[in-house]
Amino acid sequence: MSRRERTVPAPLLVPAGLAVLFLVLPLLGLVLRAPWSAIGPTLAEPEVGQALRLSLVSATLATVLSLLLGVPLAWVLARSRVRGRSVLRALVTVPLVLPPVVGGVALFLVLGRQGIVGRWLFEQFDVTIPFTTTAVVIAETFVAMPFLVISVEGALRAADTRFEDVAATLGADRWTTFRKVTLPLVAPGVAAGAVLCWARALGEFGATITFAGNFPGTTQTMPLAVYLALQRDPEAAIVLSLLLLVVSLATLLLLRDRWLGRVAP
Amino acid sequence: MTLDASIALRLGSLDLVVDLTVADGDVLAVLGPNGAGKSTLLRVLAGLLRPDGGTVTVDGATWDDGATHLPPHRRPLGVVFQDSLLFPHLSVGDNVAFGLRTRGVRKAPARAAAAAWLARVGLDGLGDRRPAELSGGQAQRAALARALVGDPALLLLDEPLSALDARTRLTVRAELRRHLAEFGGSTVLVTHDPVDAMALADRVLVVEHGRVVQAGTPDEVNRRPRTDYVARLVGLSLLPGTGDGRSVRLDGGGVVAVGEETAGPVFAAVRPESVALYLARPEGSPRNVWPARLAGATPHGTTVRCELAGEVPLVADVTATAFAELGLVPGADVWATVKASEVAVYAR
Repeated sequence: MSRRERTVPAPLLVPAGLAVLFLVLPLLGLVLRAPWSAIGPTLAEPEVGQALRLSLVSATLATVLSLLLGVPLAWVLARSRVRGRSVLRALVTVPLVLPPVVGGVALFLVLGRQGIVGRWLFEQFDVTIPFTTTAVVIAETFVAMPFLVISVEGALRAADTRFEDVAATLGADRWTTFRKVTLPLVAPGVAAGAVLCWARALGEFGATITFAGNFPGTTQTMPLAVYLALQRDPEAAIVLSLLLLVVSLATLLLLRDRWLGRVAP
Repeated sequence: MTLDASIALRLGSLDLVVDLTVADGDVLAVLGPNGAGKSTLLRVLAGLLRPDGGTVTVDGATWDDGATHLPPHRRPLGVVFQDSLLFPHLSVGDNVAFGLRTRGVRKAPARAAAAAWLARVGLDGLGDRRPAELSGGQAQRAALARALVGDPALLLLDEPLSALDARTRLTVRAELRRHLAEFGGSTVLVTHDPVDAMALADRVLVVEHGRVVQAGTPDEVNRRPRTDYVARLVGLSLLPGTGDGRSVRLDGGGVVAVGEETAGPVFAAVRPESVALYLARPEGSPRNVWPARLAGATPHGTTVRCELAGEVPLVADVTATAFAELGLVPGADVWATVKASEVAVYAR
């Protein structure tokens, strides 16, 4: 009987197999077509190192920014009794479904030199945001933060609020309770959200190229470099893609062992 | 440290109105069925819920009234919940020290106090363990230490033993009894287990549907239950009626002969072991003989508890041997007899 339960019905098995092929084949193609002899020289180019460094730094900054702002937002969405909370949740998750290019245009309209906030920043502080590294971080944060918020909110909803009651009866005010009890309890969810957020920021293309442009050294992140290289020198594009693939996989594996693997005691 | 509370609260379908007083060093058990409002009452006392009306004062200090609501973290209290709810991310020792740390005690003295309390509850040297590495009984002991370490004015116990298996419950109950005897503040124990109430409490408050239906010492509640719920808990058949000399006319029909003079509205209470069952109407003339139908039978150790349906609803305990010899099956017609002297009668 147990053998029978384990067999997968054909109508599920065939599409499932196709899905695996569909997801794995392109990555395999990338590896198979890798111009191994060109890897060394391509990676040695200073622009590649620049783009990689910029990508890692901006994705990390975007993740830090998302943690600082997104975790409190997730708490408000999960725990507070603010009116119109469901509308708020819908609004902050719009960037999840919004085409990133549209996000970039929207950011430009607000933070550009003629934008509502951008003009004020320029006139008051002589600060211009578009086409700077700051713009890269902002664009990536805009696109990636909802991933973190959704993940942390889910973890907060799943967490047992009775632990927070216990903390209160032990003399902890709400802020202490949040720091000492709530946050440690949802740490795995925060970590998972941060990884998702970081990966999304690392791969950001549309909003970045629209809002920050494509300037080597200041705003040209790896995905932009890959796109540019594909038109000029396909072999270099493959090498850069492989590099991004390796960085993403390495991060995922590393964090899985360090953080995500330690979820349950 | 006396607790005085008079609480009114509507929450969903629950309408809670309870007055209670617990003297210094006393233990009050709040006994009632699920959904009676016991845990809600406890949450109000802890400050986790704000009552719609009424007051909560401890030792003369107002914790709740129409104007003030002292938040839970400012109340000097300790709470033990049904599932120990030890913080899974902290060691057992840090769990116990938690309340001291939040109240400003430095790390070293807090650790030392926690270790001393762990020793007191029999968990000496287990402070470095993770809560997941403790057994259910150990976790509940640690939770008790965590609640008592700050020397609270009020100790609240929410079904502290009900998550434990039967054997562990016995030992933890005995230990809890010892710790409660040493504890100087007021204790409120919420439970649906009459054994907890009888073993641990000085006074018992029976709450049903958000109202106090009986208050008294454990012995009073045990011997003279005032509602069907309590009667069933303590294993009595409760028959409300009107006293008339040496008999009681039951509200549900029928008459019970009793051993003493009685008048006015009374309860007649019958112990299951006082009820004898026969297949034919017994010879001689015991004064209480009723025809009945066996509605259900459940084995209880060496006896069988028989639910009887009829004009006078009773519960009878017969030995397993007698049950077999009589050839009883559910639906069987039987005669039930009770000696008049075996019927307890008290005013309603």
